[in-house]
Amino acid sequence: MSGLKSNLSRFRGYFEQTAKLMIGVPDYDTYLEHMRTRHPDQPAMTYTEFLDNRLQARYGAGKAGCC
Amino acid sequence: MPRILNHAPWLVLAVLGAFALGTVALARGETINALWLVVAAVCTYLVSYRYYSLFIATRVMRLDPARPTPAMRHNDGLDYVPTNQYVLFGHHFAAIAGAGPLVGPVLAAQMGYLPGMLWILAGVVVAGAVQDFMILFVSMRRDGRSLGELIKAELGDIPGVIALFGTFMIMVIILAVLALVVVKALTNSPWGFFTVAATVPIALFMGVYMRFLRPGRIGEISVVGFFLLIAAILLGGQVAQSETWAPVFTLTGIQITWILIGYGFVASVLPVWLLLAPRDYLSTFLKVGTIVMLALCILLVAPPMKMPSVTRFVDGTGPVWSGSLFPFLFITIACGAVSGFHALISSGTTPKMVENELHTRFIGYGGMLTESFVAVMALVAASCIEPGIYFAMNSPPALLGTTAESAAQVINNWGFVITPEMITRTAQDVGEVSILSRAGGAPTLAVGMAQIFSELFGGKGMMAFWYHFAILFEALFILTAVDAGTRAGRFMLQDLLGVFFKPLQRTASWAGNLIATGLCVAAWGYILYQGVVDPLGGINTFWPLFGISNQMLAGIALILATVVLFRMKRERYAWVTMVPAAWLLICTLTAGVQKVFHSNPAIGFLAHAERFSTAANEGRLLAPATSMEQMRQVIFNDYLDAALASLFVLVVLAVLLFGIQSCLKALRSDRPTTREIPTGGATARAGD
Repeated sequence: MSGLKSNLSRFRGYFEQTAKLMIGVPDYDTYLEHMRTRHPDQPAMTYTEFLDNRLQARYGAGKAGCC
Repeated sequence: MPRILNHAPWLVLAVLGAFALGTVALARGETINALWLVVAAVCTYLVSYRYYSLFIATRVMRLDPARPTPAMRHNDGLDYVPTNQYVLFGHHFAAIAGAGPLVGPVLAAQMGYLPGMLWILAGVVVAGAVQDFMILFVSMRRDGRSLGELIKAELGDIPGVIALFGTFMIMVIILAVLALVVVKALTNSPWGFFTVAATVPIALFMGVYMRFLRPGRIGEISVVGFFLLIAAILLGGQVAQSETWAPVFTLTGIQITWILIGYGFVASVLPVWLLLAPRDYLSTFLKVGTIVMLALCILLVAPPMKMPSVTRFVDGTGPVWSGSLFPFLFITIACGAVSGFHALISSGTTPKMVENELHTRFIGYGGMLTESFVAVMALVAASCIEPGIYFAMNSPPALLGTTAESAAQVINNWGFVITPEMITRTAQDVGEVSILSRAGGAPTLAVGMAQIFSELFGGKGMMAFWYHFAILFEALFILTAVDAGTRAGRFMLQDLLGVFFKPLQRTASWAGNLIATGLCVAAWGYILYQGVVDPLGGINTFWPLFGISNQMLAGIALILATVVLFRMKRERYAWVTMVPAAWLLICTLTAGVQKVFHSNPAIGFLAHAERFSTAANEGRLLAPATSMEQMRQVIFNDYLDAALASLFVLVVLAVLLFGIQSCLKALRSDRPTTREIPTGGATARAGD
């Protein structure tokens, strides 16, 4: 039963990740994990700073639209 | 023996697909069910994915699961993140799917569904999916560099600049044509115009909500936004019936053109969080959701195909767009079969997030197959409405006149049975005053979708709702493309102009920003305006120009891929990219030359200019011109269009020559000369 539950929540996680990446927002937890393991000396961005950073990356210089 | 057994299910699929395709192709006179097309398409996709993409992955590219990808080497949690392949597939698909696969097949349906269907399937397997997959691979092996940078690195600096310039021109054309689709759909349609206009305040509200009220709650506000959109559609229905408000939102094509131009300018200088980002969220989710819903509905409803499989218009006399099957069918359906714009996406964010080289097969090749399926669905939606209605909606007023009676008479003469009552009734069913001459694909698709959706949900009473839902869905992501594209065009232009005048290059400077935005909007706005006043309906003239430029970009991308294969010393497999590149060049160069020099004024720009010059010299006026000055304007525009088409031809020929040169040079070398990141090169970066 718990197996099914964890499968469901993992599926939900993937669904949410996919939806967010579709609009150019990668996984925040992955970013935090990355900062914790690779750059423990540097402060990580808060979630709102992170979103703002991704917004600029998506619509900033040198990006093309779709067909 | 077991090895052969492994192939047995695939053999069954192949036979089933061949049978379905045979049924589609050989149906003469009798109506077939849309499911035959779906089965033929899905079987083709599965078999080609299983065998051809595997061949490309293992033999041509020799993908190596152990080789570190850019996401592994530069992992920063932001741009470079190793990402689950299904999640990345979703991102890649949402980025490549746009208006293209929906509009092209609808326009191509004037020749019947069979020619379009065959080109979509053959094109995607041999050309489109190969291009997306190859460019993703090439970019991934080079730190996720962009198409322009890749061409510079592998072919040289000059072809790099030529290709960049070509990309800018293509973007201007694509923005103008997409905006034209919106104008055609919203002209004299208070319901449609109100609903689409309402998306602006809705997006502004979402932007402020996400910025100040509840920062970062994307999911929550997207759901709220979705319900506000539905409310806007319902309210639009009331507006269209109100005596006071309907006239306020009933606008002519020219008025909407000026509104769009003003909107494009303002939207692309506003901060992104305020308007662009929230509307992008809405349009992305709505787009993917509607595509999934359309697929399910087609499976459940299984509509019959009312359009003949082949119409008399294969001879090139069709009213929707001019020109014969070869080469014009192959440029009318671009996205869905092969699209150059995907080369920009495949060398954009996707290659930076690939977790394992083997995943590129599913994301690149598989993603394009999925996009192709969207094109097949659009073809089904356009072919399941009455052919008479299809031609009433897509033929220009110069042929149909402006009343249901004149239109019905003309269409009956073409051999498609239709009465004026059927035309007016369809307009009433979808809540519009008139459906005549709404070329551009979106409204036709909306009628088709409304017909399919309303069979499942709500019956005839809901048809008007579904029609405006479909219009909203297309207009929303076209408008997002217009302001994102204007923004991107502005940066490109600032880069280009900055070479001559340094201060323009500072993207943060307000003056440089406004000048570049103004130029960019003026460029697409000018073409859009021409299209709107064109008596042949604009789409007739400009869709081929868009198709030519988009397919030429695909040709350039495939030339790049060929050069890379030669430089990897895998030239024995180079036919994989050379065959589609050759076909695209044959089609686009023929079409480009015909658009300039064809003796028929409906096809050739110079012949059209000639006709107007002769009339002007004799002191006669030809529609749409109402004065001598306008006559001169038409002639000037013809020369401008001819120059554009010639320019595209020259760009491609130049890249082809540089490509051949690079291939010959690579052949003479006895070792690979490609500029990949070395296998173990955790720190090496190409070109640095």
